[in-house]
Amino acid sequence: MGKPKVAFFDFACCEGCQIEMTNYGAEPFLELLNHVEIVEFREAMTEKTTEPIDIAFIEGSFTRECDRARLEEIRERAAIVIAYGQCATTGGINALKNHQDDYKEYVYGTDSDMPHLDSQKAYGVDAAIKVDYYAYGCPVNKYEVLQIVLHLLHGKEPVIPNYPVCVECKRRETVCRFLEGDHCMGMVARAGCTAPCPAAGIPCEACRGFVDDPNIPALEKVLVEQAGFTPQRAHEKGRMFTANALEATS
Amino acid sequence: MTSSVHINVHHLTRVEGHGNIVVNVSDGVVEKCEWQVPEAPRFFESMIRGRHYSEVARITSRICGICAVGHTLASVKATEKALGIEISEQSWKLREVLKHAENADSHILHAYILVAPDLAGAPSVFPLVETMPDVVARALRLKRLCHEWGSCIGGRTTHPTMVVPGGMAEVPSMKELRELKEKLVAAVPDLEATLETFKAVAPNIPAFDRPTEYLALSSDQTYGLYDGEIQSTLPDGTKQRYPVADYKQVTNEFVVHQSTAKYTKNKLDSYAAGALARFNNNYDMLVPEAKQAAEFLGLQPICTNPYMNTVAQVVEVVHSVYDSLRIIDELLADGVKLEPLVKPTKYGSGADSVEVPRGILFHEYEYDADGFCKGGNCIIPTNQNHNNIQHDFNVLVPELLDADKSEEEMELALSMLVRAYDPCISCSTHALDVKFVR
Repeated sequence: MGKPKVAFFDFACCEGCQIEMTNYGAEPFLELLNHVEIVEFREAMTEKTTEPIDIAFIEGSFTRECDRARLEEIRERAAIVIAYGQCATTGGINALKNHQDDYKEYVYGTDSDMPHLDSQKAYGVDAAIKVDYYAYGCPVNKYEVLQIVLHLLHGKEPVIPNYPVCVECKRRETVCRFLEGDHCMGMVARAGCTAPCPAAGIPCEACRGFVDDPNIPALEKVLVEQAGFTPQRAHEKGRMFTANALEATS
Repeated sequence: MTSSVHINVHHLTRVEGHGNIVVNVSDGVVEKCEWQVPEAPRFFESMIRGRHYSEVARITSRICGICAVGHTLASVKATEKALGIEISEQSWKLREVLKHAENADSHILHAYILVAPDLAGAPSVFPLVETMPDVVARALRLKRLCHEWGSCIGGRTTHPTMVVPGGMAEVPSMKELRELKEKLVAAVPDLEATLETFKAVAPNIPAFDRPTEYLALSSDQTYGLYDGEIQSTLPDGTKQRYPVADYKQVTNEFVVHQSTAKYTKNKLDSYAAGALARFNNNYDMLVPEAKQAAEFLGLQPICTNPYMNTVAQVVEVVHSVYDSLRIIDELLADGVKLEPLVKPTKYGSGADSVEVPRGILFHEYEYDADGFCKGGNCIIPTNQNHNNIQHDFNVLVPELLDADKSEEEMELALSMLVRAYDPCISCSTHALDVKFVR
């Protein structure tokens, strides 16, 4: 049996999650190439394929109806589809403007009706096609991505955390942002990143999305009572990388 | 001369983001010759409205995964201007090292992974894993080094965590800085091998000259990556400086006939930004090791061959390593400690700039009295280069026709030209240049 064929595709995003693939260093990356064959990766290679793919990584949000056919075509020939990075899993930062009525006019003024500037609200790619696995994060945790690939190569189900970032802060003994006079969203944010942000002195912005069934009223209550936010700011805070999930809970 | 050509490169590969090349020539007449950008719009300037100043750079960092450090720095600097914040000398130096790390990181990726396959006659880096394993391993080693270098100062390189308005939220320990220094020193043999590799493939870089205006940040103290004034250098060597606050008078965004395309220009029909523009503006401020590298690679100011941008990038990698070693030594001598963030002294508007790998980047924001963002503007280097790429096409296509180049050769030459600029199309936050011709 040949090596599993892997391909990368990108939609509306910054392509930073693709860049993370180049940050493993020589040995891990070259070892990975011993186990998979990368057959398409527009940002890094000119070669393309129309053949069946074993694992398709899709990066970026679904923001345009005109992208649906391309997504369906990828789904058609991919045995496994992984939504790769937060834009692809939930819409990510791109969804931060979903609640605004005037985002097109604000940025493009009188040109906003031009067909090429067409862009609807931003969603994860599962708004258009079935997704098998989710690699969360802005950017992805590249070591978690390796774990996902490793599990799939061995025919195992990848384990994606569904507990909050607070767990990972406790594990690495990071002092809580609230005790430092700051705010944080770690208590409702999906873990799996190893909580680098609070450790670096900044709040968790829930860039991997919320855990399943987040307690948003409690989040807003804590932001008001502990961090001194106005109720409006407390509500808006939940929009950063999680605008679609916030809308779903309200 | 070649009389009939139809080139339609849909979603050019080995560039960041999505771009198309369309050239139609019939009976020797160039009917269409366009560089198009169909990237999905993302509306960042709209997203930041109403966000607290502490969140704005975390949002605008997401404009680009390759220049995330640069967008974060430009954003935080503009916010600091708007809020009347003067950061400490230590924060300034740490950010300079971080800026160097990003420049080297992106340049290594571009030169080795995106451009070198063209020069080695391969469609991508993957076939080179078999044919040039040492070079590929070295590229991945250097890429990893740059990632660790930037992560040491910024927390990570894709959307750095530690850079915040008022200074640095966290600083590396003295031990981490010493280790970083050791890693950079240990990478010198790989740097030297990089120069040898690019010297060997340099003869495959196309010869093409089109003098243009070169725009870059410039300073009397440094090479001007983290800070400086806007400087223009014309092909005859005439230089002029402008305050960063006047960036709109230098970029002069304008709409192109039959298109909504916002291009930029200053003194000539178009200008170039990026490594070659910086090299042409700031050659004198390169560290000696980088000047030697330039001489070794045959690059001299003022170079007017846009394909040489990649060579200028390699020279800048050398500069960034050695200049970082100098700054790290100063930080180690002074001792690094966590400092409280400098608080805002006012709430107003402010613009600032850094050099990202692809050229000069401007961010501007306005804040209300409670520190929430009222609006912003970003002018990114790739958009500034679109007009220059188009003007290059206008000269290069007739030259290629005159030289009897085949359609295939022309397509490669034009693709390589676009790649040389290292366009970062995801950055297209502000204006999109598109005309669809089918």
